[in-house]
Amino acid sequence: MLEKEGKIRIPAGCAISGIFSKSGKRINGENIIKSISIMHDRSNGLGGGFAGYGIYPQYKEYYAFHVFYDTDAAKAECEAFLDRHFDIVDLSKIPTRPHKNITDVPLIWRYFVTPRPTKLASSQLDEKEFVSRCVIKINTHIDGAYVFSSGKNMGVFKAVGFPEDIGEFYRLEDYQAYCWTCHGRYPTNTPGWWGGAHPFAMLDYSIVHNGEISSYDANRRTVEMYGYNCTLLTDTEAITYIFDYLVRKQGLTLTEAANTIAAPFWSTIARLPEEERNRLTYLRNKYSGCLITGPFSILLGFEGGMMALNDRLKLRSMVIGEKDDMAYVASEESAIRLIEPDLDRVWAPKGGEPVIFTLNDGVEI
Amino acid sequence: MKITAGTMDFRELNNAIRNSWDSEVVIDQCYGQRFIGDGMSGRTITINGTPGNALGAYFNGGVIRVNGNAQDAMGDTMNEGVIYVHGNSGDATGYAMRGGRIFVQGSAGYRAGIHMKAYKDKIPTLVIGERAGSFLGEYQAGGYIVVLGIGQEGRLPVSNFPATGMHGGKIFLRSDEEPTGLPNSVLAKEAGDSDMAEISGLIDEFCKEFGVDRDAVTSGKFYVIYPDTANPYKELFVAN
Repeated sequence: MLEKEGKIRIPAGCAISGIFSKSGKRINGENIIKSISIMHDRSNGLGGGFAGYGIYPQYKEYYAFHVFYDTDAAKAECEAFLDRHFDIVDLSKIPTRPHKNITDVPLIWRYFVTPRPTKLASSQLDEKEFVSRCVIKINTHIDGAYVFSSGKNMGVFKAVGFPEDIGEFYRLEDYQAYCWTCHGRYPTNTPGWWGGAHPFAMLDYSIVHNGEISSYDANRRTVEMYGYNCTLLTDTEAITYIFDYLVRKQGLTLTEAANTIAAPFWSTIARLPEEERNRLTYLRNKYSGCLITGPFSILLGFEGGMMALNDRLKLRSMVIGEKDDMAYVASEESAIRLIEPDLDRVWAPKGGEPVIFTLNDGVEI
Repeated sequence: MKITAGTMDFRELNNAIRNSWDSEVVIDQCYGQRFIGDGMSGRTITINGTPGNALGAYFNGGVIRVNGNAQDAMGDTMNEGVIYVHGNSGDATGYAMRGGRIFVQGSAGYRAGIHMKAYKDKIPTLVIGERAGSFLGEYQAGGYIVVLGIGQEGRLPVSNFPATGMHGGKIFLRSDEEPTGLPNSVLAKEAGDSDMAEISGLIDEFCKEFGVDRDAVTSGKFYVIYPDTANPYKELFVAN
């Protein structure tokens, strides 16, 4: 029996990598696999995964649910729930190839859905809130079912194993994305399990995270006040919900959200010009429970963009590379150089300084 | 020997170097292999590409020359020898150095020179051409850190919280601006002739290696940061 968070401590680094095309050029999953594989030694085979944006253009109006099931019974119960709440326009197993290093594979299904109009209307919620509550409900109440991806025109692919093996397992060469993020996990404190691998996603937000947040419990209690339930048993999940809360629900910009979770020290804020000082003071006071402390470098994927952010003390490495319309982010420069040796610019952002890449104006996905 | 690293595993690369009798080693197409030159002495290792973390850790003599950028924790606990980086270096450059010299042509990341220490003739030195990230010289216990501020147009070439916990050694910053954000346990002053004499040889070596005009990196003011020896440990760990 696999023990989960809180039951066992496995002291242990991680690796993250991201690729973004500002012109919306679609690239298949081979380069992101190549990039993460050079950082093999930062992972230990207990988890990894990928998020691709722009991969489902034929169904871009529909929420794409990726679901792990432990049992057929969990699948039947989850599908009955989905059927009550959504119109399912397509469903299938997610294509995989047998891989010698990927074992104990759960049932992995994909559903393209849209909320049932009557259900949505009677819920009196906006569509995204309705979908997110359904996802939380499944993950909390249906034992053995985990919705690990729920955005439009994007998808998460994750497993227990080394990321390069996971990429082969999920046949990522068959997907075309304008943005890829990925993660190789070296579990700190917790055992690896399929649901606990990165990326973590809610609607179109996905997070890959290298680090270990020491404010986890304060953050968990904060997001739980706003209706989120931390069910996936690792700290990164809380970061995903904080972004969903701050950006989708509170209407903060990404920069404001970054200034909240990786807020400057009070002593640094005190030295700033008045307007900026007031802005940062407001964010720290209003959202004090969303301050994330401890080491992290994260990549936030979202519809049309990607944001890279380090903790305010910069306790994890992160490097950015740019070449023409392409942007690259990785835990190590070598992981960028391997796929783009001839960079126009390469630099390391400061701790707490968000770097945001978005599609160029007029690019339609 | 000349070796093309590519995506070779770091163990294979390091074993190949260790098992060779050659004193001259050239590594081409280096992509992130860790631990290159660790604990080695008496060799000249030239790296073309991006060497991985902990380059030259426990380095014990000889020369490492990087044509590219170095990653994190370069020169960790280095004891002797010299590392030249024709590019930038990552976080924790010169981590706990106890001897030898590191020269970075560009910038260094966060926590450069963290916990450098000195003992008798073992005086480690770290020279950074452009600028350094936050926490430069954190817990510095000895040795010299020099930041030349190239391309900074007189602005302070270091980010927040320099010299936090510093209790030995000296930090030199070429800057028109006075250092700010220093802890109570250190002092800063404009460097005088005798201070500058201490780092003159280092600046010569930097200029020679990187082909930089000496006047260009010695014009303007230098500040020197050093521990307040009247009470070096005051409020270092707690507000006492």
